[in-house]
Amino acid sequence: MSGQALLETKMLTKHFPGVVANEGINFVLEEGEVHCLFGENGAGKSTLCSCLFGYYRPDGGSIEFKGEPVKFRSPRDSIRYGIGMVHQHFVLVDEFTVLENIIVGTNTEKWSLDLEASENQLKNICDEYGIDLKFNSLVRDLSVGEQQWVEILKSLYLKVEILILDEPTAVLTPEESNKLFKIMHKMGQNGISIIFISHKISEVMLADRVSVMSKGRLIDTVFPRETTPQELTNLMIGREVKLRVIEENDNEYDRSYPILSINNLKYKNKYGKFALNDISLNLYSGEILGLAGVSGNGQKELFESLSGNLNPDSGTISYEGKEIQGRSSRVFMDLGIGLIPDDRYREGLVSDFDISENIILGWQRLNDYTKGFFLNRNNIKRLAEDLIKKFNIMTPSSTVPVSHLSGGNAQKVILARELNHSNKILLANQPTRGLDLGVIEYVYNQIKLKRDEGFAVLLASEELEDLINLCDRIAIISDGEIKGIVEAKSTSIQDIGLLMAGQSETSA
Amino acid sequence: MSELFQEAVIISILAGTLRIMTPILFAAIGELVTQRAGIWNMGVEGTMIMGAFVSYVVATQSDSLPLAILSGILSGMVMGLIIGFMTSTLRVDHFITGLGLNLLVGGLTFFWFRIYVKGGHPPTFTGLENFSIPILASIPILGEVFFNQKPLTYIAILSVPVVSYFLYRTRWGLEIRCLGENPKAIDIKGLSVALRQYIAIIIGSGMTGLGGAFLMLGFSDRFQPDLTAGKGWLAIVAIIAGKWLPKGVFAAVLVFAFLESVAVHVQIIDADIPYQIFFALPYLASIILLILLRRKTNQPARLGVPYFR
Repeated sequence: MSGQALLETKMLTKHFPGVVANEGINFVLEEGEVHCLFGENGAGKSTLCSCLFGYYRPDGGSIEFKGEPVKFRSPRDSIRYGIGMVHQHFVLVDEFTVLENIIVGTNTEKWSLDLEASENQLKNICDEYGIDLKFNSLVRDLSVGEQQWVEILKSLYLKVEILILDEPTAVLTPEESNKLFKIMHKMGQNGISIIFISHKISEVMLADRVSVMSKGRLIDTVFPRETTPQELTNLMIGREVKLRVIEENDNEYDRSYPILSINNLKYKNKYGKFALNDISLNLYSGEILGLAGVSGNGQKELFESLSGNLNPDSGTISYEGKEIQGRSSRVFMDLGIGLIPDDRYREGLVSDFDISENIILGWQRLNDYTKGFFLNRNNIKRLAEDLIKKFNIMTPSSTVPVSHLSGGNAQKVILARELNHSNKILLANQPTRGLDLGVIEYVYNQIKLKRDEGFAVLLASEELEDLINLCDRIAIISDGEIKGIVEAKSTSIQDIGLLMAGQSETSA
Repeated sequence: MSELFQEAVIISILAGTLRIMTPILFAAIGELVTQRAGIWNMGVEGTMIMGAFVSYVVATQSDSLPLAILSGILSGMVMGLIIGFMTSTLRVDHFITGLGLNLLVGGLTFFWFRIYVKGGHPPTFTGLENFSIPILASIPILGEVFFNQKPLTYIAILSVPVVSYFLYRTRWGLEIRCLGENPKAIDIKGLSVALRQYIAIIIGSGMTGLGGAFLMLGFSDRFQPDLTAGKGWLAIVAIIAGKWLPKGVFAAVLVFAFLESVAVHVQIIDADIPYQIFFALPYLASIILLILLRRKTNQPARLGVPYFR
């Protein structure tokens, strides 16, 4: 860190229809520093980065590079100034090799490709930073962690001076995250300045400087070593909040007879890889069983099997002793099993349908909702209005399409539907992803309430802290295998992290 | 029926296979480039008809076959420009664009043709001649099958390795393939998605137009409105059956062409089986191929999906 301003925004403003994403941002990136952008979802962090990368054009204000005003009309301009970006959702071509992914669109002078020269250049970069990748493997065969390295290499190959990483650790195991931070600081020593986005307070403390963002504004830029996690969180929220502390979990329940018993479940995906590899789990009434792991390790397939949306290749799923694997999802629904899928808009809702229609989605055949051949609009509307009140869904009426709702309210619609129609088991896959702290707390409280009513809950999440607070037991999933089941009371993030990483060979 | 297995007939069937293959291969390889860039162009049939009609008019007017071929290519490119504008710039649904264009061109060329002949006999032209490669053409059997063809047939076969090299070994090819899989990867490098899609569809439609010109100049002496008879659709099927790989597309086109060549010869021989059944063979084969290969597709992930930033 030299203290020299490298990249700077002055009163940068960016509006989207109806939303002020960035307002009057004065942001300074110094040479060789690792700079964290910290804030809640929707605080404008990604928008700011996209403006710095030239992907969005700001509506107002200016950007300066080494004191000179610059205009980034497209990423091509920012690339020319040596700025690279790793997007939160990777921009990779699954069917290309690692090498092809890295070199595509880079060498614009020559007609033919010189794969060998590119490979040698990449080998040097990998050696320097201790990155281990096979350049000829297809990207779709890589673990999510390895794909992250490919994204970073894309920028390093272009010899960037500034690297922007949008939530780089969201998809990494704790061990992979540690490695990433080591490499980020190494880049800093090599003169590459880094901006990374995070909302995890533990990572924020690893940065050289932190800029706290909230509601489209940059609140303050501080040194982590001169502040505390509590102070930073207060800055972010704008008021005093209690950081969640480990609560005493005194939930007790009977473990003699599982309501749902999963035995040796196996499923091969279309690429011939075992998405589920011999999974066995028991789920008891009155407990919350956590499923810890980076998403994409079999959670989706497991939840789909348990809700009748996927027929596993072998193994059994028994509900109160009766085998139900491979039956239609209607059988699972009728048994009182509710599902909160991880992809809210694609699998949980029909975006163009209104709230009342989404509230009965899948249950439209029930007598309550029909009048002969037709839908009973009155009953459906009454139910919807009831649930809107009960679940505190912010909307002007029950006839608003769910695409107009915020992510949190959309999630509440799913929660309302599933909890209203199921009565035995709740399957929740990443139910809090992308939500604000307030809504997250609400979702967790609802889940706890249902547990107390005697529901069995299976809860998958990447937020290990939350799992430890909420769950009775935690199963760790990686590469389609259960790597261990621990009692939440007597475990720690480190223990779970080791289980996630320790036995999986593919982690980079 | 047994006449089908005489040596002369077999040679003729095989030679005919290469001749029939030529226009379909041009269209299929061209469409492969287009589809690799993410544009699912359904307008292959229409583009072929356009290429055929324009080359017919030019051939009868100028008596110059090279000029006729060139105009066929150019008319294909213009079609490509229109399709590119609709799909890449306006982001209209790819299927609707192609289907609409097919209907339009089918009607339009028929209309123009009626105006052109003014109710009289359609003017004719002298089509492309075979070219015997010295020495090689005198090899028994092989010479007749392979080395006594029209030059465009050799160019069509040559286009397979050339396009293969272009797609896999040049930076333009890599970028075009990237568009079909994930155009954002091009966009975030600051490169124009639209420009590359235009390049791909203009190359592809130019080749398709060339196929149409060959269909006109290599088989017939006058235009008739239904002369493509679904060959453009076969080209699309060949891409799916060939799993979007140049080699596979080539193989699929060969199968279709062989079956049609057999049908042509059954018709000439006047066997006791209705020859129409044999003419249905390429289309039946295409359906069977699609059923057999339904699982192992290699379809570009973003094929037919308009790109929005």
